Amino acid sequence: MVTRGFTGRQQAPDIAKRLPPGQSLVTDFPVLSAGPTPHISLGDWSFTLKVGPKPVAKWNWAEFNALPRSHQIRDIHCVTKWSKLDTPWDGVLVDDVFKAAGIDEPPTKFILAHSFDGYSTNVPVADLVGGKAMIALRYDGKPLPPDHGGPARLLVPHLYFWKSAKWVSGLQFTERDEAGFWELRGYHIYGDPWREQRFTGD
Amino acid sequence: MTEAVPSKAPEPKLRWQEAKIAAIMPDTPRVKSFLLAPSAPFPFRAGQHVDVRLTAPDGYQAERSYSIASAPEETAAIELAIERLDDGEVSPFFHDIAEVGDAIELRGPIGGHFVWDVADGGPLLLLGGGSGVVPLMSILRHRAAVGSRVPAFLLFSSRTWEDVIFRNELLALDAKDDGFQLAHALTRDQPRREQDFGRRVDAAMVAELVGRLPGPPRHVFVCGGNPFVEAASQGTIEAGVAPSMIRTERYGG
Repeated sequence: MVTRGFTGRQQAPDIAKRLPPGQSLVTDFPVLSAGPTPHISLGDWSFTLKVGPKPVAKWNWAEFNALPRSHQIRDIHCVTKWSKLDTPWDGVLVDDVFKAAGIDEPPTKFILAHSFDGYSTNVPVADLVGGKAMIALRYDGKPLPPDHGGPARLLVPHLYFWKSAKWVSGLQFTERDEAGFWELRGYHIYGDPWREQRFTGD
Repeated sequence: MTEAVPSKAPEPKLRWQEAKIAAIMPDTPRVKSFLLAPSAPFPFRAGQHVDVRLTAPDGYQAERSYSIASAPEETAAIELAIERLDDGEVSPFFHDIAEVGDAIELRGPIGGHFVWDVADGGPLLLLGGGSGVVPLMSILRHRAAVGSRVPAFLLFSSRTWEDVIFRNELLALDAKDDGFQLAHALTRDQPRREQDFGRRVDAAMVAELVGRLPGPPRHVFVCGGNPFVEAASQGTIEAGVAPSMIRTERYGG
């Protein structure tokens, strides 16, 4: 349906092809979250890997920072309609987290990521391995600020950004694909921006 | 973050539908309200939003999310209050081009967290900055429509008295003396009433408001730009409210 009088502001083709349907380019870095920003001291910070209810590895801040570091430049896409291109991150690839925990073969096909504020979000293991995702510790060369998820956030840039859990405290292997916080509240179970999977049923 | 998980079955697929602009009402120099009549009206909860989609003749589409300002008691037409962003793509269309009788596309309702029903009770502390008042207005209109006396406080931060969205309606609600209280925080203007403030929101201000409620707030809703939401939500925590009772929604960057 053509909207009378609307012409829009189309991006140059090289930018437009990097924007999934319904997304608009931003140059700032908007902040979104369901609750207040938690301020987590590095002394209280820890990261736990669980298989079902059972913890299999746990790191404090210093131990986690000693894991192999990777650098990624990625485009990110928020379900609230903004996309930001070429965002630079440093952190620990999920592959390297699993390796450090002695996990060669993932025990299940699904992960539920947990955060210090009680938030959670589900991601298939296949979307976290092979260099596709990291536990990000730095943005644009600087420690991740609290309102952007610091000390550490999950980064799964090829899915809508609610999957990139802020203030991440651990990953949990689950037998089934367990819906997380927004997935229980009408948002899509997988969240592929290129298929515009914003809401349940999309 | 710890409220009960919704027990309802997942919502059905949200389909795009046509909605007619039934009325356009100026709110402030920068904000207009648009009354939209969906071709297939839908129930919603106070605090939810809709996605709006505009299509250019060549097929290019732009989408935006807007909170619903009207009460869920009225579904034949829903109200969106849209601030004109000078460098925007969609809000200038609504302000400068859209006319009564035009059709746009929308789908909704969206959002299952930043919502309040009168059955959820209170006391209710609402903290809004600028157009962040819109979903809070839906909550207050819902409360008024059902004749609730749940204690509720709205702290509304605006640049100037002229910029106060829904100003007359809010003052009228305040005058009803039904358990609702209103305080304005004007960041670039003098306060007009005894109970108002002439500064940005801060922890001392929130602590004072919490003291004006008859009991500790049970539900806190904070909506606005990120700096406002950070200041208001951290101030609420400093006033002794548990972070788990605070829901936030942030506009833009």
